[in-house]
Amino acid sequence: MKHNLILRVVSKFLIPLIFLFALYVQFHGDFGPGGGFQAGVIFSAAIILYALVFGVDSAKQIIPPPILRFLASLGVLIYACTGVASLILGGNYLEYTVLASTQLAGQHLGILVVELGVGITVMSVMLIIFFAFAERGRPLEGNE
Amino acid sequence: MLEIFVDAALLTLIAIHAIAIIRMRSLFAVIMLFSGFSFLSAGLFVVMDAADVAFTEAAVGAGISTILMLATLALTYAPGEVHKEEKIPSHKPWLPLTVVLITGGMLIYGITDIPDFGDANAPAQKHVAPYYLEKSLPETGVPNVVTAVLASYRGFDTLGEVTVIFTAGIAVLLLIGGRRRIKTKLEAAGEERET
Repeated sequence: MKHNLILRVVSKFLIPLIFLFALYVQFHGDFGPGGGFQAGVIFSAAIILYALVFGVDSAKQIIPPPILRFLASLGVLIYACTGVASLILGGNYLEYTVLASTQLAGQHLGILVVELGVGITVMSVMLIIFFAFAERGRPLEGNE
Repeated sequence: MLEIFVDAALLTLIAIHAIAIIRMRSLFAVIMLFSGFSFLSAGLFVVMDAADVAFTEAAVGAGISTILMLATLALTYAPGEVHKEEKIPSHKPWLPLTVVLITGGMLIYGITDIPDFGDANAPAQKHVAPYYLEKSLPETGVPNVVTAVLASYRGFDTLGEVTVIFTAGIAVLLLIGGRRRIKTKLEAAGEERET
């Protein structure tokens, strides 16, 4: 689809908006509908759109697969470490109340951090799966 | 009144999609119809005021899974195959049809016992739901009850879910990560010459 001018122009216009919407869903999830899971999927959808229009290889230059693998585990780690942090601060596992001075601030901080972890993991796992499927069946480069 | 009309329109479209999916043989068209089916279900969830579920259904059901199914379809093309068609089954449909009819009949029979939609006296609304609705704002300061339950009250479950997603990613990487070596024509010809 590299020569399809309309697709290229429209997706160039749309992709930043999709990113922006994903960030809105991610960080506004405690007030409106949405949260880490949806935001991660929307974020990965923007990159998948880029990969479909401009090719998987150029998408991989934006987010290289090793970084994706790192991010996938980082998200789970952020989530689990929030629990450990509340343990260290004297609460139960994943008891956000102890994370800040007041209960509301602690809960808010905990939910925000945990949702961020969810978002990062979902985004990178979706992309890992998409890249794995897209790469499969293509001949190795430099093989001809 | 309007709600009933929207419900009826959405459900009719969903039914049309389902019938079309069963009747179609072209797998590409079936996948696109599945996407439409998911999107209509998302609309149905919006009508039922479940914005978060609708969001997930639209993003995952209509978006990502369609892409992944299309990718799978592209992977399974045999060389020289232009249109991927579903194979006509070799056996008669009587056994599966009986199973489906019996199960469907039992489900429809079960509907009569389900409490009305939005019934305040339904068992699901009596257990922990009132607590969440009353206490989640003063306790967590988060206006969206779904987020409060998901990330705070049910934090353990969500951690498990994230781990499941992470595990799925690892599994896909292990199964079909790394590129499969496809022999180019030149290589295949070279091997033939050697033998």
